[in-house]
Amino acid sequence: MGSRIDEASAKGRSGLSRVLSRLPGGGFDQLRIVTLLFVAIFALYALILPGFLSIGNLLTLMRTVSVLGILGLGMAIVVIGRGIDLSMIASLCVPAAVVLTLAARGYGIVPSVGAGLLMAVAIGLLNGILVAYAEIPSLFTTLAVGIGIAGIGQIGVFDYEIVSWPPQLDPIAWIGRGALFGMPYSVLAFGVAAVVIGVFLRRTRPGMFVYASGDNPGATRLTGIPLRPVLVMQYVISACVAFFAGMVLSASSASMDTRIFNLTWIYDVILVVVLGGIGLSGGRGGVINVVVGTLLIGTIMNGLTIMNMPFEMQNLVRGLVLLFAVLADSLVNPRNEETSQQGDI
Amino acid sequence: MRKLFEFACGAALAVTVLGGQIAHAQTSMDDPLRDSYYENLTGKKVVFVPVFMGLDLTEGWSKIMDTQAKDLGYSYEVRNSNFNTSAGAQTITSLISEKPDVIVVQNPDVQSYAKLLQQAEKAGIHVIQLNMKTNYQTTGFVGADVELIGEKQAEAAVEKCAGGSQPGKILVLAGPPTSPFSAYMLKGYENVLNGNAGVQIVSVQSTGDYESSKAKSITQVVLQQHPDLCAILGVWDNADVGTAAALQEAGKADQVFLTTSGGGGELACKGLREKQWQYYVSYDVPGQGRDLNDLILAALQDKNPVGSTRTVLYTPLVTYTPETLGDEKCWTLDTLR
Repeated sequence: MGSRIDEASAKGRSGLSRVLSRLPGGGFDQLRIVTLLFVAIFALYALILPGFLSIGNLLTLMRTVSVLGILGLGMAIVVIGRGIDLSMIASLCVPAAVVLTLAARGYGIVPSVGAGLLMAVAIGLLNGILVAYAEIPSLFTTLAVGIGIAGIGQIGVFDYEIVSWPPQLDPIAWIGRGALFGMPYSVLAFGVAAVVIGVFLRRTRPGMFVYASGDNPGATRLTGIPLRPVLVMQYVISACVAFFAGMVLSASSASMDTRIFNLTWIYDVILVVVLGGIGLSGGRGGVINVVVGTLLIGTIMNGLTIMNMPFEMQNLVRGLVLLFAVLADSLVNPRNEETSQQGDI
Repeated sequence: MRKLFEFACGAALAVTVLGGQIAHAQTSMDDPLRDSYYENLTGKKVVFVPVFMGLDLTEGWSKIMDTQAKDLGYSYEVRNSNFNTSAGAQTITSLISEKPDVIVVQNPDVQSYAKLLQQAEKAGIHVIQLNMKTNYQTTGFVGADVELIGEKQAEAAVEKCAGGSQPGKILVLAGPPTSPFSAYMLKGYENVLNGNAGVQIVSVQSTGDYESSKAKSITQVVLQQHPDLCAILGVWDNADVGTAAALQEAGKADQVFLTTSGGGGELACKGLREKQWQYYVSYDVPGQGRDLNDLILAALQDKNPVGSTRTVLYTPLVTYTPETLGDEKCWTLDTLR
């Protein structure tokens, strides 16, 4: 029975994907599909929406999704290592809210930010140790840790769930506000994060280890790579990236709304990662996938806002586009022996 | 003569003593209402089901309700539904079998809890809806007349924006589509703005669950499309912190007239003093708390079948501008008594 399915999928591959793979560049993976989709939607908007193509609007578009993009970069590291970090929104809002609270009580910028960073590292260590050493699946670990961390905020660490940006932190408010030579700082923050994480993943040894651990953990350990510390490192990095995103976000909105943990942000983050073509089975993809996934989401949302589309309609359109992207990928790249055996979440 | 004097003295003494006794008797008397009032209240149970604790509104109401419960000796507890409508529905379902005397509920939207609230009243529990109501009327409603808030905000925007050679452009920010604070407020806007040639609504967008970051990004996109935007009708002070941040970043804080509303807490005063918003409609949480406590007491003393009386108390609204604010001290949790 199984062999017949394999045959069928092999046949499907020989049809559609053979045609597509003749295109320049060879393969026709999800990254290409999403890039094409992004270009198509972008061109369509540029044609029908007056003002869409203005520099101001394009910068606004980028600014809207920069925090999402930064989070996606952190998530990408974990997903490439064949894990998932559902606690990222908690690591985004609680440590940043701690920084705002401490600064408002007069502890000074450096100690406050240091305390927030320490907290983020602690969250990452907790996640990493539970996943790597206690061998609890990352899905459950990070879900539980995330709820726990968000709960810490709710039991009365902060006066209110929405913590406002204190004037004491104004010297570092630029990380989310204002612009450098016309380029908003939050977009620059996304750019810097993308470059740093790109270099880390592709040019450094620990970055290579992340790919190895996601591609084949067993072989990774056999070759003498310290698998468990590499896993812990992934979660620490993703928590720190989330903390950075949290500081950008709170500077930008002049407050940190810790209620966002209860909203659907984490799905958006997974979305830009998976949409860009970083498979949940690990070992594949990189920074460029996140950037393209983020740009696609940002473009869709920006255009729908310009068109003054109602809220429910925006969600519907977004859902349909994503469904289309995932569907296209599974049509062109049907499952084969290799991919179907890897652990999907 | 002497006898007469003795008699007078005796009489005076007698009058003094007697009078003293009468005066003494008049200082003490039993209040016939008092004992039964307190006896009736002890052991009663009031439960608050908010959309979300940790906001200035919910924490304020809760503190006021809690204080009265402690003073009068009935029990008060909070079951937080944490921005999760199905969790809230479960809470109310389990409360229907627990049978507290009063449920105070803040509804996430106009529909979700309506049937459950009806069932609760059938089961003999008084239901008081707080600030956000469903389309089903229960024992009591305490809260803002949201349509009126919309009208006031829209009128302020018209005053600012109409009268130019071009119609003044207005952006409307709303909350979740089915929330009473979106639907009724939009109605209020329509009442004033529809048919007014001096203004033009260029965009109506939802900020999701009152997210300040979403309010900020929508404002940024719309400002790009309409650099000559004249006013923004905001939905809630906590979310409009993001709206104000977008205006400030674009250097348009002076040009665009931002109106918003909220419970009149410290954020309201801060925003007005720092010119984040130029018009603020307050639904006065301390006042609402008093109204709420009164309705709770009325419900606890009610001997008639549940549902035989229904009371609506729309909160008297207070409007502020930076000019009329004066030295107003907006409430904080510490100043609530």
